[in-house]
Amino acid sequence: MTGVIELLLFTLLVGLALAILRLKDLFAIAMLSGAFSLVSAGLFTMMDAVDVAFTEAAVGAGFTTVLFLGTLALTSRKERQQPFRWGPFLVVLVVGAVLMWAGLDAPVYGDPNAPIHTHLGPDFIARSPTEIDMPNIVTGVLASYRGYDTMGETAVIFTAGVGVLLLLGGRRGGQLDEEDAS
Amino acid sequence: MSEVSPDAPAQPVEAASALERSPMRMREKLVLRVVSAAFIPFILLFGLYVQFHGDYGPGGGFQAGVILAAGVILYGLIFGLRSAQEVVPPLVVEVGSALGLLLYVGTGVFCLLSGYEFLNYEALGHGSHGQHYGIILVEAGVGIAVTCVMLAVYYALAGRGRR
Repeated sequence: MTGVIELLLFTLLVGLALAILRLKDLFAIAMLSGAFSLVSAGLFTMMDAVDVAFTEAAVGAGFTTVLFLGTLALTSRKERQQPFRWGPFLVVLVVGAVLMWAGLDAPVYGDPNAPIHTHLGPDFIARSPTEIDMPNIVTGVLASYRGYDTMGETAVIFTAGVGVLLLLGGRRGGQLDEEDAS
Repeated sequence: MSEVSPDAPAQPVEAASALERSPMRMREKLVLRVVSAAFIPFILLFGLYVQFHGDYGPGGGFQAGVILAAGVILYGLIFGLRSAQEVVPPLVVEVGSALGLLLYVGTGVFCLLSGYEFLNYEALGHGSHGQHYGIILVEAGVGIAVTCVMLAVYYALAGRGRR
């Protein structure tokens, strides 16, 4: 039964991707990419990666779509017609083929003998009940065993926010303008 | 159905400017307003649940942060950017994104000053309790930082469109 649902979701993903490729209306493309993220979130839920599904649904389907819409309000709504060029098409084709070929080498989904299940995973599972004593081992790994990683990620997010504020003018200029107007 | 249709005015749809004036239009959409007003408290509550239940169920600071920010952004989309900024002022957002990171790093520095390694939470309590306290503090830092940065980006972009 789960196989049927996954097949359906993957078919939807491919259909959405093809639709995004064909369309020229950027508003529709923004909406469809949001739907693409939502279907991906469904797939992640099927794979029991609920954390990733949360993030994908909130960031991919929600936040990114809002950012696309905000950008669309500033620019044009239509994609400009570009002549077909062989060079970029071949590059994309080759890179895609290489990625697929490399993907064949990856361990099968759910394979208990995959490297991630034989090296650190058992160690974390064995140590976490006595050392951290938290039912959710994932949180323990992310926040304690890999605390440096998570701190770096938070720093990256903070830096990204500062960068956007610097680039887009930030609060003070905009707020002064609004107060002057009112 | 017939009672709803006279409520919606005939709108001349100009493709380019339709989005620009969407905050004004949104306020006229009764269904969107009522439904989102009913949903937003639950979105925020779910965000808090994911934050504080992250050590028992799936979730954690990052997931909670994006969900909380999504709730506020939905409010801003439906009721206008200015209403959202009255709830969460831009100054709070800017200070908060720094404060979240500071809470994380500060936890690490506190451990360092207590004679343990950087980010070794056993400085905060005995054995696994210290780990638990440390993880809660750190996850709170991540949650605050992520919520505030997402809102800061949204404010910056949406505020630009209004000018």
